[in-house]
Amino acid sequence: MDDKPHFRNVALLWLLSCVIMLPIVVFVLGPGLPPGNGSVQASGQVVDNTVLLATATPVALAVLVYMAYAMWAFRERNPEVVVDGPPIRGNASVQFWWLMVTTVLVLFLAAYGSARLLADGSGAGQGPNPIAVPSAPKGTTVLPVQVIAQQWEFTYRFPTYGGVETRALELPANTLIKFNVTSLDVIHSFWAYELGVKADANPGVNNVAYVTTKGPLTFHVRCAELCGLWHGYMFNTGTVVPRAQFATWITQQRVQYAPVTKLLPPYARTYFPQPLRRGG
Amino acid sequence: MSAQAKRAVVTVVITVVVCVAIGLYIGLYLVNVPGSVAATPTAAGSQLYLATVATAEASDPHNTWVSYYVVDANSGNWRHDTTFQVPANTLVHFTIYQYDTSTGLRNNFFSQPSGTVGPVLIDGKPTTVVNPMAPAHTFAIPQIGLSIPLPGANSSAKNLCAQAPCSLSQAHHTVSFTFRSPVKGLYRWQCFVPCGAGFIQGNGGPMQTVGYMGGFLKVV
Amino acid sequence: MSAIAVSPGAPRTGGRQLLGFNMLTGIILGIAGWFIGYSAIGKHIHGAGVAYYSTEAGQNDIAIMLGYLLGVVGFLVGVGFGNYPFRRMLGRPPSLAEHEAEEEGLFRYFTLSTDHKVVAKQYMIGIGFFFAVGGLNAMLIRTELLQPNVHVFGANQYLTLVGMHGSMMMGIMTSGILGPFANWLVPLMIGTRRMAFPRIEAFTFWLLMAGSVILITTIFFGGFQTGWTGYQPLGDQGTAGYDAYIGFFACVGLSMTLFGFNLIATIITMRAPGMTWSRLPIFVWATLSTAVLMMLAAPMLIAALLMGAMDRTVQTAFYVAGAGGSSYLFQNLFWFFGHPEVYILALPGMGIVLELLPVFARKPLWGYRLAVAGMLGVAFLSFFVWQHHLFVSGIDADLRPFYMLSTELISLPTGFIFLCAMGTLWRGRIRFTVPMLFCLAWVFNFLWGGISGVFNSDVPSDTTHGSFFVMAHFHYTIMGGLVFAFFAGIYYWVPKMYGLKLNERLGKIHFWVMFIAFNSTFAPLFALGFEGMPRRVVTYAANFQGLNDWVSVSAYVLGLSMLVFLFNVVWSLVFKREPAEVNPWHSKSAEWQLPTPVPLHDFDRIPVFDEDPYPYGVEPVPAGAPAVAPAGGAA
Repeated sequence: MDDKPHFRNVALLWLLSCVIMLPIVVFVLGPGLPPGNGSVQASGQVVDNTVLLATATPVALAVLVYMAYAMWAFRERNPEVVVDGPPIRGNASVQFWWLMVTTVLVLFLAAYGSARLLADGSGAGQGPNPIAVPSAPKGTTVLPVQVIAQQWEFTYRFPTYGGVETRALELPANTLIKFNVTSLDVIHSFWAYELGVKADANPGVNNVAYVTTKGPLTFHVRCAELCGLWHGYMFNTGTVVPRAQFATWITQQRVQYAPVTKLLPPYARTYFPQPLRRGG
Repeated sequence: MSAQAKRAVVTVVITVVVCVAIGLYIGLYLVNVPGSVAATPTAAGSQLYLATVATAEASDPHNTWVSYYVVDANSGNWRHDTTFQVPANTLVHFTIYQYDTSTGLRNNFFSQPSGTVGPVLIDGKPTTVVNPMAPAHTFAIPQIGLSIPLPGANSSAKNLCAQAPCSLSQAHHTVSFTFRSPVKGLYRWQCFVPCGAGFIQGNGGPMQTVGYMGGFLKVV
Repeated sequence: MSAIAVSPGAPRTGGRQLLGFNMLTGIILGIAGWFIGYSAIGKHIHGAGVAYYSTEAGQNDIAIMLGYLLGVVGFLVGVGFGNYPFRRMLGRPPSLAEHEAEEEGLFRYFTLSTDHKVVAKQYMIGIGFFFAVGGLNAMLIRTELLQPNVHVFGANQYLTLVGMHGSMMMGIMTSGILGPFANWLVPLMIGTRRMAFPRIEAFTFWLLMAGSVILITTIFFGGFQTGWTGYQPLGDQGTAGYDAYIGFFACVGLSMTLFGFNLIATIITMRAPGMTWSRLPIFVWATLSTAVLMMLAAPMLIAALLMGAMDRTVQTAFYVAGAGGSSYLFQNLFWFFGHPEVYILALPGMGIVLELLPVFARKPLWGYRLAVAGMLGVAFLSFFVWQHHLFVSGIDADLRPFYMLSTELISLPTGFIFLCAMGTLWRGRIRFTVPMLFCLAWVFNFLWGGISGVFNSDVPSDTTHGSFFVMAHFHYTIMGGLVFAFFAGIYYWVPKMYGLKLNERLGKIHFWVMFIAFNSTFAPLFALGFEGMPRRVVTYAANFQGLNDWVSVSAYVLGLSMLVFLFNVVWSLVFKREPAEVNPWHSKSAEWQLPTPVPLHDFDRIPVFDEDPYPYGVEPVPAGAPAVAPAGGAA
């Protein structure tokens, strides 16, 4: 067994790599996860992802630095001979500290994630009884928007505007939006990724997701749960616009769709179109 | 060559032949897609004639399924293709002969046509909205906001067309509309009436098979 | 030892072999069974409520499922599984061996064999074949994704390709390591001559093969549009190809359950004297943990799919929301199986890596008890995390912090495995053989898989669910983990299993091309997922094309590396056939102390174990000295 201070070498290399990588990870990589920053929740997700990255980086570097060092320092220099290494079977102290550190990290991540989740919902679908309800920006009320997922298009219904249904999605800026996501047939998923919202659409279920919009932007909505043949083509583009422009738009939509709004079923959290099994 | 080597060679050759055959079969299955039909250019824009029927023709592998067809206006031939090719940024005229009986919409929103240039003419009359239980099919291109309900033929009519190909003397509705084709690309169209009979929610089978109730719009 | 008479059948040669119960008979009877089930019985089942729908839809799901059922039964009877129960019903005494005579040569592999070594090799070839099919599907998928606006395949066919790739891999690779390696090694490592239930052992293999053929027949019925997770009610809508999916996973589920059950019985009851729990090789511990998961989780899958089959055939409404059912029911049942399933895939890989690292670092396994605790901890916790697949599904919001905690917790026992791997290398004398390279790559790949798992388990970050980020995560853990460990096992144990050497240079080329291409293929997918590309899509936003093309080309190179491996196998095992040394890796493990080829009865005398399973560092072994194998001596 040689006398080289391997542990010290690994520790120093690890510290050095952390010092180099952490700023890169936090300042270069972090802000892009997820891209868009289109809503308060999306920005929150960027913070969460950055925290996760910052926690994971030293762990990953520990493993990588150690493995690289071990493969170099402990390689068999004379392959002709098969010589055994020292019979080290374990080290109680190392196992203990590893267990302690990883447990603390894991508990921290779970607590942090729960806290962030309960703060404003993080744009994730919370089911029919949401527990994390963000507060609306001052002077505004929450805008409920129902997302009706069907094979293979999203349509949107605005219950506070006469229950008008549209196929385009415009949202007012700086407003708390309450998405009520439901499906008419199979499982879809409403994913507006610049807004950081993802909520599955299950038939017969009202899945609520909260988003607080920020400034005007264009965002993309994609279906994120395989729903049949045209799943890949189930997408549309939405926009966040200033409040006055939204008011104009919704009025124009109500006028345009007035004939069909009379024929829609009354607004409900879920719909069960009949009959269930279609005959020719 | 020893007997063992001969056996080995024969085995390898047979294996290669079998594998190639299987590969060809699977390959042909994978790329088996309906053909593409170009819209006829006219002075006013491109024109396509389509038809929707209760069941595909008898020789079709799915002859119990509803289907779209392309109708050749001059020869009257029916082609079972659902990929349409139109030039970019032009006015495209569609005339659809609808032979099937009503099924009704799953989401009544689709009973109002949208995305057209000018009105939608159903049997010559401009129509703003139809009864939600009336459509037998719709023609929709969600990516450009186009959605047209196609009302069903009267189910008590005597000369209903049960199976493709149909003739204009049989009970049908004629729906014509115009829209402006978008920029170059590949778009898809579908029917929004759950008309896949026998499938749950009506959305299986022909609704999910290209060549029947769905296809592509190739804009060149 | 019980007083069971061992009566090997008289060896048969030539054409007579074809007339008995073997794979050919199985295929013939299987096809006959299909026609009986489909045409003779199924087509005549017309309930008033059922016929209308099946006539309109043009498919008869009852007939198809009956056809598959009788086809599988016919196949298994043809291979010979009905013989022993039939003989026992006639009153004959219990016996064990069907075709254990060595003189039958290659023929043994095409029939029911109760020799665990033969079953292991059957598994190896069978799994290898269907793994290649699944891999080809992946190449085709990447071909389709080269361009968003040009479709190489029909949109329906593409969805079926995606589903077949996933199903084939998940169904086949659950037995990917256990099938070839546990069957071969576990009896040898614990010092016994057979598994507890040799006929069940063979049954699990042939059932898996029958199921895989069923999956391939999906293309004759229109394919299935649900992906490998088979979500309902989309599956209920599907064309008849979905019945093939159900048939496949029913066979896989049953095969897994019985396999797990057999392994548990063997490991618990058939250990040789001196093989105490604390001397069990870590690979056997990994196998035991996996077997418990297989036995407990797989039946859930069968139940979930059975209800789906009933929804499709007799119009029940388990999963149909409009008629009183719930789509959540399927998601919960499926993932209650599905999450232990992915640990069924991960644990054997961990077992192989921890088993091989001591050999190539020439040191005992570091932290043996910690490693065992890690395996058992992963197995135990894996039953408590499944709702993380439903984080954004609209489950009750109160549940999510709990499942976030449990999922994060599972990284603790996984961390133990990493610590033990790293500790084994500490101050070792590392030899970079091909198996070792694959083991080291496992550590690298599974690290990224695990870290991305932490992202997915954190609900605020889980808005990448259903995107390519998740795809990258599980490909890093399953392919980067399991498949790399699979190849490590192949290169390591083939010299003993077949007595032949695999070419080392080709092995190294295979490794490096595979490792680099693998990372090049799957690392960009993390970015694609965050940028907003969902899974299972045939088209994508135009600005993703560059990354997708890079990934597709890398995937082709990855496929090429598999061809290198295939060439190595065929060249070395069929043509060159250079005999391997008895113990080329100088391993001190039990199976390497046996002669090559391992005799039919494994041990001349049942060994008595009296040593740590990793007695390295005790005395140096001079180069060139053959590992002395006293017949039936201590490991």
